[in-house]
Amino acid sequence: MNNIFVFCEIDEGKVADVSQELLTKGRSLANELKCDLEAVVLGHKIKGIEKEIAPYGADVVHIADDKRLEFFRTLPFSSIIIDLFTKEKPQIALFGASSVGRDLAPRVSSALISGLTADCTSLVIGDHEDKKAGKKYDELLYQIRPAFGGNIIATIINPDCRPQMATVREGVMKKEIFKEDHKAKVKSIDAGTILTDADEVVKIIERHIEPRKIDIKKSQIIVAGGYGVGSKENFDKLFELAEVIGGEVGASRAAVDSGFVDHARQVGQTGTTVRPKLYIACGISGQVQHTAGMEESAMIISINTDESAPINKIADYAITGDVGEVIPRMIEAYRKNSK
Amino acid sequence: MKGLKIVVLAKQVPDTRNVGKDAMKADGTVNRAALPAIFNPEDLNALEQALSIKDRYPGTIVTILTMGPGRAAEIIREGMYRGADGGYLLTDRAFAGSDTLATSYAISCAIKKIGCDVVIAGRQAIDGDTAQVGPQVAEKLSFPQVTYAEEVQKIEKNVITIKRRLERGVEVVTTPVPCVITVNASAPDCRPRNAKALMKFKHAKTVTELQGTTEDYIKLVDDRPYLRIEELSVIDVEADTKWLGLAGSPTKVKTIQNVVFKAKEAKRLTSSKEDINSLMNELLANHTLGN
Repeated sequence: MNNIFVFCEIDEGKVADVSQELLTKGRSLANELKCDLEAVVLGHKIKGIEKEIAPYGADVVHIADDKRLEFFRTLPFSSIIIDLFTKEKPQIALFGASSVGRDLAPRVSSALISGLTADCTSLVIGDHEDKKAGKKYDELLYQIRPAFGGNIIATIINPDCRPQMATVREGVMKKEIFKEDHKAKVKSIDAGTILTDADEVVKIIERHIEPRKIDIKKSQIIVAGGYGVGSKENFDKLFELAEVIGGEVGASRAAVDSGFVDHARQVGQTGTTVRPKLYIACGISGQVQHTAGMEESAMIISINTDESAPINKIADYAITGDVGEVIPRMIEAYRKNSK
Repeated sequence: MKGLKIVVLAKQVPDTRNVGKDAMKADGTVNRAALPAIFNPEDLNALEQALSIKDRYPGTIVTILTMGPGRAAEIIREGMYRGADGGYLLTDRAFAGSDTLATSYAISCAIKKIGCDVVIAGRQAIDGDTAQVGPQVAEKLSFPQVTYAEEVQKIEKNVITIKRRLERGVEVVTTPVPCVITVNASAPDCRPRNAKALMKFKHAKTVTELQGTTEDYIKLVDDRPYLRIEELSVIDVEADTKWLGLAGSPTKVKTIQNVVFKAKEAKRLTSSKEDINSLMNELLANHTLGN
């Protein structure tokens, strides 16, 4: 059976968020294609790692545990993935568009002569007809991505080559537990029989990686609050909305200075500049110091009691109303309609 | 240590970073022809790393390799003005429509023909942002690859020490020669044009460009071989056309949708359940929310 494979990356000893997001996406694609979802994870001393993978819907987890796989290096990782894909013949293979995935996936795709699309923002199953060649293809993976500096959206397909490979950035897909007790079959890969001395020529001699911090820049959806939110407690509603729709919480300087949230979440001139696909500005008046850090968001929704708030000048949608009233309604409407 | 033979991969790209008003068509889509063609920014960072190796290890030869139409010779000259020793233009109709894999195959054939110790490229080009060609060229050549390089620190006994920039930190690795290195924008900027090099190379031309010039010009280039920018065709690099162009590209573009930029005016909504409900429905329908 040609299944869907997700390459799971290890970050600080845990399965990376981006990999779990891809497992969720992979699960829904596998359901649609009526095939299994398989995960592959490489590392050292990663016994029990399948527990962080199976709940997201993987039916099989391939694990290679070897000292030589402790940190990502292109050659040993690609040798193992190429070997596995050659044997298992996945129809689709997904990788995180991280520094690891964007280094590994092209090498693998070149060796397997399969197509690879980088930084997809959407993956859907669809048919294709090649009228010139008189060929019809069922259930291809549409790999949708912006190109040309974001000025066009391209739908890419790989009609004839397998696996159909794609990378996706962290935060683009939504991560969701499929079943807490979902059982995955663990298959161990014997790295010793695959790796050779030629895979060892690149050596890591130093490594300084900072621990992960809140990084709102990576989020495609930001729910930001200003002074108008009123209190730390009221910010909880913003966190709830962000959680439900798969985003992060941001804030204006006034909200940070008032102690409502941590500085790491501050958007604007003295904070972070963000360009998410959706920015929901809650109780933010829209001073230039703030808008400088978010005006390039693809879509802006403002929620403000003051209908003449400056933020409304750059907003796509301006909701006149109280944040405490509007946000629960958004959560309710999202839950009802996203099913 | 003796000098190295370095090939720098460079691409001429439309400047997608600054899409100004004049580059917009009436329907709000981008007029690609109106965008200036530039030296891909990270390829300039790559060139600087190559030139800094040349500064430190005399005898090093830096050659630019670019694949593209005839006008892409402009960036080879630009590279020469900044310190490269020469360049090759890989150009053939058979390359048209190549995806990253077919492009990598063509480039790897050219590199085999030219011969080199180190290939240095920018991490990615701004028109596609795929970052795939570097690693794929490495695979086609069976060379190790070192991506996201920020600094080539030293070269000793054919082992290169490179600092890499990752999402949350740095890594220092060593790789033997030959290898492929891709360079990040966080690496030092490329040095500017050098007046002496500008004088020396301002008449550098490809064979095709020479056809439109005078006999005197052709004689000048014949007398000074460094003014000749070599053109490489499919036949020159002994590439198999079945792996090139549309036929050799596993990925196909099914559809292209232009993103339309509109003048903004906020749609006014009340906080009523109906308004919020229809807004959330709209966001789900246009994939702003959900997947």
